[in-house]
Amino acid sequence: MTAWLEIKDLKASVDDKDILNGLNMTVNEGEVHAVMGPNGAGKSTLFNVLCGNPHYRVTGGEVLFKGKNLLDMSVDERAHEGVFLAFQLPVEIPGISMATFMKYALNAGRRAKGMKDFDAVGYMKHVKVRSKALGVTDEMLKRPVNVGFSGGEKKRMEMFQMAVLEPSLCMVDEMDSGLDVDALKVVADAINVMRAADRSFMLISHNRRFLESVGVDKVHVLVKGKVVKTGGRDLLEELTSFAAYQEAE
Amino acid sequence: MTDIRKKISAADAVSDAYRYGFVTDIDAETAPKGLNEDIIRFISAKKGEPDWLLAFRLKAYRHWLTMTEPSWAMLSYPPIDYQDIYYYAAPKSASAPKSLDEVDPELLKTYDKLGVPLQERALLAGVAVDAVFDSVSVATTFRERLAKQGIVFCSISEAVKEHADLVKRYLGTVVPYTDNFFACLNSAVFTDGTFVYIPKGVKCPMELSTYFRINAQKSGQFERTLIVADDESYVSYLEGCTAPQRDENQLHAAIVEIVVMNGAEVKYSTVQNWYPGDKDGKGGIYNFVTKRGLCKGKNSKLSWTQVETGSAITWKYPSCVLAGDGSRGEFYSVAITNNMQQADTGTKMIHLGKDTSSTIVSKGISAGRSQNTYRGLVKMGAKAENARNYSQCDSLLIGSNCGAHTIPYMQSSNPSARIEHEATTSKISDDQLFYCQQRGLGAEEAVSLIVNGFCKDVMQKLPMEFAMEATRLVAVTLEGSVG
Repeated sequence: MTAWLEIKDLKASVDDKDILNGLNMTVNEGEVHAVMGPNGAGKSTLFNVLCGNPHYRVTGGEVLFKGKNLLDMSVDERAHEGVFLAFQLPVEIPGISMATFMKYALNAGRRAKGMKDFDAVGYMKHVKVRSKALGVTDEMLKRPVNVGFSGGEKKRMEMFQMAVLEPSLCMVDEMDSGLDVDALKVVADAINVMRAADRSFMLISHNRRFLESVGVDKVHVLVKGKVVKTGGRDLLEELTSFAAYQEAE
Repeated sequence: MTDIRKKISAADAVSDAYRYGFVTDIDAETAPKGLNEDIIRFISAKKGEPDWLLAFRLKAYRHWLTMTEPSWAMLSYPPIDYQDIYYYAAPKSASAPKSLDEVDPELLKTYDKLGVPLQERALLAGVAVDAVFDSVSVATTFRERLAKQGIVFCSISEAVKEHADLVKRYLGTVVPYTDNFFACLNSAVFTDGTFVYIPKGVKCPMELSTYFRINAQKSGQFERTLIVADDESYVSYLEGCTAPQRDENQLHAAIVEIVVMNGAEVKYSTVQNWYPGDKDGKGGIYNFVTKRGLCKGKNSKLSWTQVETGSAITWKYPSCVLAGDGSRGEFYSVAITNNMQQADTGTKMIHLGKDTSSTIVSKGISAGRSQNTYRGLVKMGAKAENARNYSQCDSLLIGSNCGAHTIPYMQSSNPSARIEHEATTSKISDDQLFYCQQRGLGAEEAVSLIVNGFCKDVMQKLPMEFAMEATRLVAVTLEGSVG
């Protein structure tokens, strides 16, 4: 197995407050990793930094993605390389339908690869297969991006976008918070369907059942901006209570 | 006539800056700089106008001399020297580029981005292009089809000759020459424009576009448009063009007058993309336009849709006078300003009749160091029983050096009338930009998508093909506004 993502001694801050303090992590091709840890440990920060969110400042370290220096790339260049973030609280974009939004996103990615834009028919085919599989109705595709969606619908739409864009590194930020069992199943199913030899996943979650249902390969525990423990699936058992985090600390 | 020639000749001798070799002949292509009664007589004579029109022009000119330029708008620009302007020039100036090779490459790049067809680029860029493609024949076929239904669609100069009774009956009835400083100036010196007449009961089968006509003949800076829609008729009229047009005239003062009779409907759509000047605002067009429609008949309807992206200065308030009972006025506007542009635009809805209604949806987008003002008047007359208005004015800011202002005026003299006004101001958030970019969109593509979403309510009022061009235009206008 090749290393898909290599994070070496990564340091980052927000508003001059250090959040990541020399974080190391390796994710191999095709693996599913769980990122766990107490609130404020830097889990979401890690995902945002990997995506290049300008709100976060990288102060040290290195990140290689498929052998390329990720930190040198702009946000959209990283997306074109296959980096995807399913947001915990996706932002609203009024007036733009999800169908239009995805067409722009997909074509931007195709152009970056030197491919032609999808034609209308090709695009609809690509979308319809995925919307059907994820229970996304035509009406939902016509609604403006994240406007007027319930919490569960928003997550479903994040999974839908992931399926449409077919990224090679899928970061899923705390999908299980505030979700009922059915909605959680949508997320788990999407991940299971999308699992592939050339696609890796990083999941922030506290939900043991969720993580087990997606067949997590590795578990990392973050505390104060560092990985303090890495292990296999068996680590889940030890770590699903706050007490366990305290212990790990 | 000799007398006029002598005077013009004398004026010419004084103005040594004069460029095009004016001769003291009525066949001259250009009048000398400046404005006086002789120049107006010259224009009128050049166009072979009847006496009543010359009298109209002179009356306007004399009134204009008593007026002062308005200063209430939120606009600042150096004083305009009205004696330093050419009021009559031949359609094709001698300095026109001979081929596309001589055209500013930046302009060509913009055409490329907007997807303007190759053969149209030369025309838009002002190249003398009789050989490129025969726009006149396109326009002629088009007009023949319309004529079969009795629709008149021609230049106002032609209309003065061939439909004198109609022009005489309606010219200046909606925007009288006394209306305002710029309208008065236009009334004195207008050079050309469009005339449209839709007979009773006729639904115009196609969108009427000035585009066809302007290609045949440039109408210049003092344009005059008159549209008359007779009982139960319908017309959709498109003005302008998304591609930036090359123009050497800095001051533009147009008039659009529309008369809507019983049960008739007029849709007037504009895309204004005059040159906005460079990044520091140098060289841009000053656009002072008076547009007004009179809903004269019962249940008549007038709808203004405008996408304003160009000009250094925009001063424009397309208005509806709702005189007929049950008549309806609409104003849908997107005004985008970037760099040093200034726009003071909005509408006036004057409710005079019973059961009249109006809707105003205004979307202002400011970027760079620009200033964008919505100014609107809703007036309910004493007889406007049960009149209703709904206004929504939204502003979107990009960056922190621009300004957005909303100035609504509301006057009601009828207690049964209802006025509703909503206004919002927002900024494109970093979170929205990050979200779009995370999905693979470039920063500028993201901004243009968000802005297009913001303007959607207005954009979807535009005719289909116009709407698609306008969407691309948003992207081009906002270039360089992020990053």
